[in-house]
Amino acid sequence: MDAIILQILNGLDKGSAYALIALGLTLIFGTLGVVNFAHGALFMIGAFCAVTFSRLLSVSHEVAVPGEVDFLGNPMMRDVPYIYDILGEATGAAVIDWAVPLSILFAIPVMIGIGFAMERGLIKHFYKRPHADQILVTFGLAIVLQEVIKYFYGANPIPTPAPSAFTGSFDFGALLGFDPGSIIYPYWRLVYFGFAALIIGAVFAFLQFTTFGMVVRAGMADRETVGLLGINIDKRFTIMFGIAAAVAGLAGVMYTPINSPNYHMGMDFLVLSFVVVVVGGMGSLPGAVAAGFLLGVLESFASMPVVLDTLPGINQIIIYLVAIIILLTRPRGLMGRKGVMED
Amino acid sequence: MLGLNKQDTRLLLLVVILTMAAPFILNPFPEGSAMAQFNAGYPDLMQRFVIFGIFAIGFNILFGLTGYLSFGHAAFLGIGSYAAMWMFKVLGMNVLPALALSVIMSGIFAVFIGYISLRRSGIYFSILTLAFAMMSYSLAYSVLATDMDGPDKQGLLQKGLTGGETGLQLTLQDPRILGQQTTAEGNIPVPSLFGLEMRSAAELNVGDWVFTFSAGYYFAAFVMLLSFYLSIRIFRSPFGLVLKSIKSNQQRLNYTGMNPKPYMLAAFVISGMYAGLAGGLMASMDPLAGPERMFWTASGEVVLMTILGGVGTLIGPVLGAGAIKYMENILSKINSDILHTWFAFLPDGLEDFVVAIIYPFIGKGWHLTLGIIFMLVVIFLPGGLVQGGQKIAGMFRGKKAADEKADGKTTPAE
Amino acid sequence: MGILEVKNVGKRFGGLQALSDVNLSIAERSVHAIIGPNGAGKSTLLNCLVGKLIPDTGSVMFDGQSVLGRKPHEINQMGISRVFQTPEIFGDLSVLENMMIPCFAKRDGAFELNAISNVLSQKDVVERAEHMLEEMNMADKRHMTSSSMSRGDKRRLEIGMCLSQEPRLLLLDEPTAGMARADTNNTIDLLKQISEERDITIAIIEHDMHVVFSLSQRITVLAQGTPLVEDTPDNIKGHPKVREAYLGETQTAA
Repeated sequence: MDAIILQILNGLDKGSAYALIALGLTLIFGTLGVVNFAHGALFMIGAFCAVTFSRLLSVSHEVAVPGEVDFLGNPMMRDVPYIYDILGEATGAAVIDWAVPLSILFAIPVMIGIGFAMERGLIKHFYKRPHADQILVTFGLAIVLQEVIKYFYGANPIPTPAPSAFTGSFDFGALLGFDPGSIIYPYWRLVYFGFAALIIGAVFAFLQFTTFGMVVRAGMADRETVGLLGINIDKRFTIMFGIAAAVAGLAGVMYTPINSPNYHMGMDFLVLSFVVVVVGGMGSLPGAVAAGFLLGVLESFASMPVVLDTLPGINQIIIYLVAIIILLTRPRGLMGRKGVMED
Repeated sequence: MLGLNKQDTRLLLLVVILTMAAPFILNPFPEGSAMAQFNAGYPDLMQRFVIFGIFAIGFNILFGLTGYLSFGHAAFLGIGSYAAMWMFKVLGMNVLPALALSVIMSGIFAVFIGYISLRRSGIYFSILTLAFAMMSYSLAYSVLATDMDGPDKQGLLQKGLTGGETGLQLTLQDPRILGQQTTAEGNIPVPSLFGLEMRSAAELNVGDWVFTFSAGYYFAAFVMLLSFYLSIRIFRSPFGLVLKSIKSNQQRLNYTGMNPKPYMLAAFVISGMYAGLAGGLMASMDPLAGPERMFWTASGEVVLMTILGGVGTLIGPVLGAGAIKYMENILSKINSDILHTWFAFLPDGLEDFVVAIIYPFIGKGWHLTLGIIFMLVVIFLPGGLVQGGQKIAGMFRGKKAADEKADGKTTPAE
Repeated sequence: MGILEVKNVGKRFGGLQALSDVNLSIAERSVHAIIGPNGAGKSTLLNCLVGKLIPDTGSVMFDGQSVLGRKPHEINQMGISRVFQTPEIFGDLSVLENMMIPCFAKRDGAFELNAISNVLSQKDVVERAEHMLEEMNMADKRHMTSSSMSRGDKRRLEIGMCLSQEPRLLLLDEPTAGMARADTNNTIDLLKQISEERDITIAIIEHDMHVVFSLSQRITVLAQGTPLVEDTPDNIKGHPKVREAYLGETQTAA
């Protein structure tokens, strides 16, 4: 029992990332009808927003340490971040420590800006081209974006720690009455799951309860009719693209402490997120979220030693296997609507 | 000639001449000159040109004719490589049986994967093929790499069917029942065609120029020419016509009494066999097969090649494969020192500036250049390099490039 | 016995009974029109005949054989060809290539792996296609890309493609929808000519009363998924029920 709970928990953080990326993918697909292969790159750029922001916070200048000299007799120099000068040493250190969550504030405008630029500059011109062309051009864009990041940040993963307050692990075992230490779960993963749930809730609330969201949902159901009502749907769709980009970006920001970001993380996640979207049902938002968590947890179960002993390597292929089975038995995915991408 | 019309014969002859003369054409700069780094006429790279040419020609039979975008074609490349390696291990080092098994095995897998994937179309088909390829990759990487001999034995299957991360390699213990197990010197023998070693090469020195003629290259080039010829025949055949009609209007085809399913499956299998052949040739040139050959980036690469060259055209995929492999091997070798020597004639400040501008696009950044070129092609030149060439040729002839007005007449609303 | 016998066919979509208890007999070598207001179930009925939909109840017999459960291409091979509302042709291919595909289908059946020989070396198919193009007065357009033709020409090509298979029954779904008057009249003349010169049965779904009355020998009026009356054009014109349900509004609109 405790092992099962542990696996479910372990699946949640990856599942959260899948769900957030898949949510944006399917939002873009449902509204704009575009298959965006560059969505993983947005996730990756989000992660590098966190890297950039923490580097910005740590920009330092040299200060002589009073009373100390090096072996040549020159005064000993020490790097002091500018932020210490502005906020004082204690607050400054705390801000640097909390760089990752604070990066959210930095990432939101950046990601929305990138999203707008992408939609207006590129995607817009591909609405009427075949899906294959959309896949190809966004695939090219993804390559370009990841190479740009690689040029500026190098090819190696960049460790980006969580605030020290969250570095420990939480002992669920003791809480739930199992043996202490049987279910240990890092705090940050809990934070990530909570954050993902919050974002998903916010997106759904936004679509459900605002006029804007209502129009977008109507547009997803039937774009032509909404266009006929004289509503400027294109402008709203641009904004929707910005939001989807921000969701992917934030997913990336908060994921940095779990996995040190590197330039190809976007593609790694994209391939799986596409599978998630297809399993959930193209164009279905709840489907994307459900499938994201479902596949994350499944993957985690498949990695259990017990399972691996009977079915070696199953953890590597479980997601693809499930996707193939679902696509063949339920062509529209778990919750897909009729008529989406069926031509 | 050979059952081709005039135009196709001319194209085939041109390709024959280009491939046969490639060691000269690709080595235009004398050895030791500053431009020598642009020479591509060394066996390793030339072999890759033709092998990836085969891969792309095959991919184009599926994507170019039917419009079905497979994102998992590298699976067949990998299967072909593993199959060839097993022939080398078990039977002997002759490349012909190895290639035969490569084609057969990839064909069998293509029947299975194609039968399932083709039950869906559009993006679902792309995702299904991607999923199958990634499964193959994972299986080759881990599951199929476990010791199948048992712990106390050290036999053929000690590292499983695929050898895992390090890949499948030849060893001195391999039986090679029809050939020699070890060479006279006690080494592992190398792949050969009835004794003609694939790695053997002759050099020709003309002044400062050095031209290398590799047996492996000419063998691979010959196979490529055969594949290219076959693809022309397929393009011009009734089968090819039906495939084009699937891309154009599958509904009409259904109501014209033809069943698109077996046509699609045949195209998928043929295309998979081409990939398997390319994989087998890769193993024949360099006897090693690793799982990374099946990774989705390898599938993406063949998509890039085909689009860049010109999807649906005969010669496009070959050009695309050549262009990308050239960039990968030549562009990536240029570093900032070389750039500085090139622009040394500029004033210092300007020199640094120009180098700084160009630097991100060369060396390790060649992928960036590739991505940008690819995007430009998809946006502005959907017909790829071939279309670009036609446009330029058209401009030289003083004619407007083929702008037959598509659907110029007014079509009344529904 | 007609060549096409539809008996008690019913089809339901969720809560909507699209067809109920449809009986229809189409006599061999006749031109039979099916008319009815929007939503009467005309297209649903047509789709049941060609294998796109499978009716929930009833039977559809073509020349003594059931078509139910067969795939569209199998039904086509039985001798039923379909012309669509918007011309469905192979837009990327040349006019001649368009015409060759049905000729291949006629000669080789649903699948034939003929991947090595050249298309143009298949003399019988090329001749047949060329001949058909001449009959359709399209020989001069044979090398045009078919998508660049006018709608009238596309329709002509589509009908020619269907005829090249020598079907015994030709189904047309509003063949003149969205056409200019001149194109419509050309199409009427073409269909008249076809029905006079060939051993063929034509069933036509149409909105345009001008087309219906200039072509058909029998008319079935469909309303709310079930046949209202079936009679000759002259009797249909004067039929009070039909006037009420359908003709009155259309004629004033036209």
